[in-house]
Amino acid sequence: MIETVTSIALPVDEALRIRKNRIAPEQMTGAEKRISIVTGIHGDELEGQYVCFELARRIRQQAEKLKGIVDIYPALNPLGIDSITRGIPAFDLDMNRLFPGCQDGNMTEYLAAQIVQDLSGSTVALDIHASNIYLTEIPQIRVNELHERELVPLAAQTNVDFIWVHGANTVLESTLAYSLNSTGTPTLVVEMGVGMRITRSYGDQLVDGIFHLMKKLGIWDGEEIPVREPIISKDPDDVAYLNAATGGIFVPVVRHWERLQKGDLIGRIIDPLSGTVLNEVTAPVDGILFTIREYPVVDEGSLIGRLLRRKACGDHWEER
Amino acid sequence: MKKVIVYEIKGLYRDNFRVTGYEFGEGKESVCIVGSMRGNEVQQLYCCSSLVRKLKQMEAEGKLEKGHKILVIPCANPYSMNTQKRFWPVDNTDINRMFPGYHLGETTQRIADGVFQVISKYRFGIQFTSFYMPGEFMPHVRMMSTGFEDTETAKQFGMPYVVLRKVRPYDTTTLNYNWQIWETQAFSMYTNTTTRVDKKSAKEAIRGILTFLHKQGVLEYHGHDGYLSQVVWDVDMISVRTARAGLFDPLVEVGAEVEQGQTLARILDAYEGEVIDELTSPVDGTVFFMHGEPLTYSNTAVFKLVVREE
Ligand SMILES: [Zn+2]
Repeated sequence: MIETVTSIALPVDEALRIRKNRIAPEQMTGAEKRISIVTGIHGDELEGQYVCFELARRIRQQAEKLKGIVDIYPALNPLGIDSITRGIPAFDLDMNRLFPGCQDGNMTEYLAAQIVQDLSGSTVALDIHASNIYLTEIPQIRVNELHERELVPLAAQTNVDFIWVHGANTVLESTLAYSLNSTGTPTLVVEMGVGMRITRSYGDQLVDGIFHLMKKLGIWDGEEIPVREPIISKDPDDVAYLNAATGGIFVPVVRHWERLQKGDLIGRIIDPLSGTVLNEVTAPVDGILFTIREYPVVDEGSLIGRLLRRKACGDHWEER
Repeated sequence: MKKVIVYEIKGLYRDNFRVTGYEFGEGKESVCIVGSMRGNEVQQLYCCSSLVRKLKQMEAEGKLEKGHKILVIPCANPYSMNTQKRFWPVDNTDINRMFPGYHLGETTQRIADGVFQVISKYRFGIQFTSFYMPGEFMPHVRMMSTGFEDTETAKQFGMPYVVLRKVRPYDTTTLNYNWQIWETQAFSMYTNTTTRVDKKSAKEAIRGILTFLHKQGVLEYHGHDGYLSQVVWDVDMISVRTARAGLFDPLVEVGAEVEQGQTLARILDAYEGEVIDELTSPVDGTVFFMHGEPLTYSNTAVFKLVVREE
């Protein structure tokens, strides 16, 4: 059933509505668990669109297997999605810096508060992001170390390749996930793919993971789907950052999620005007590239990739 | 006067990105003044360019005291100004959310670091800045309450108001906050406008800064002292919010003295022109901030009022 979570009138003959699709078993006992799938906080991240669709489609095919409630929120920032705007248009604001919001606040704070209220009490929530338009990410879940104990076991059920436990950071206190996690609703932040695109294979991978998680939680009674065992990184030293040494056009030569030896060529920064190579980007250590630059134009300092060091990969290193 | 390049990176198809500074006087680093950091901060740029012109003249007249160095950076982001983008052109990040910066980080972190390495040496830091909501302000000096703030010194600018506010999580990456943490006394200077030049309030801000520099013994200036600043907490200001969205029709101006019950603005239906909402003042006070766009959303704080003291 499509429900309106919150709505607010816009100046010229339009209402902004945040909607969700609630899918529930025919017979309710009142003790159902609830999983919430949210996406579209950043209007330029679209990978979650396919996940929402595919999840609903597959549930509908075997509706009798559903034992709990699935709430799907495909567009927390509908104006942003419609206008290819990462933040909230007109406010120039990153919506994921507004939480927990405020019922008596301005429009954006009010929307944030309404969203938190609606999601609160979920057994688990997944907030699906798609990096940004610059970088492609391997399917991964990012966990604030403050909530590591509770979230890592859940994240390990979702069929992602990588779980990145990162340090606490005051700026991140205004995210949706932080607000929910710190008020008792476990929320997993998924990052996968790239902005403005849909990578179907990643979407299918995550949907499998969501079914697996739902089965573990008793929300789904379908066939067991095996999931991959993710690499889990907790040490900030596990990750090496590659930043452009100079501005130019970045052309990669390696594939994403590939094993690299120290010194291997990752790509080149070229200057089309003079027809010269300005810089060769090489692996600074042995590792696996879990982030790689998608958008070719770089300034000095632009992020080109992130490498998970060999020591953090454990058995996964040999398997690759 | 000495023109210096504070930070530079190579451009691919554009001229190099340069942050340019103007140094006046010699000696210990006394005062640093920073202008626009976002591409729409034209008033902030204008204020600094006026100040550069004024200081150049005063230096020639021998009015700068010995032993003090003043640095003015009119603009820390010419790339965005020249493309009329508010944030960094390639990745849309805000330099004023990147402090103290990181020399091995992403582009705007590097810019923040390069600039901060230079400007964090100064005893006083003054930044012309803008608010995240479009609108007009009463000119004021704004400070974050980090525990290091000093309102008595802030009063030396002689601006009508000194506004204090609490630090919020996202403030910790601003220039003002980091200046304070690294022991520069930091002030944010707000004039009336951002995207257009308002000469009157710019003049007032320049007068404020010169007065401040005079009181700190950095230069000799005999303009009028300005106002006896009123210190207010932003949370003590009264917000007047719209209940409805539509056309915004203000009936007062920034700086107006208003009475309790007075109509401040009307909201008109965007299609039929009917008055659908009337905003009245809940207190006797002064209009400190007013929304600057012809359309408004609902729940928007379109006015902030300072309550009149008895
Ligand atoms: Zn995102």
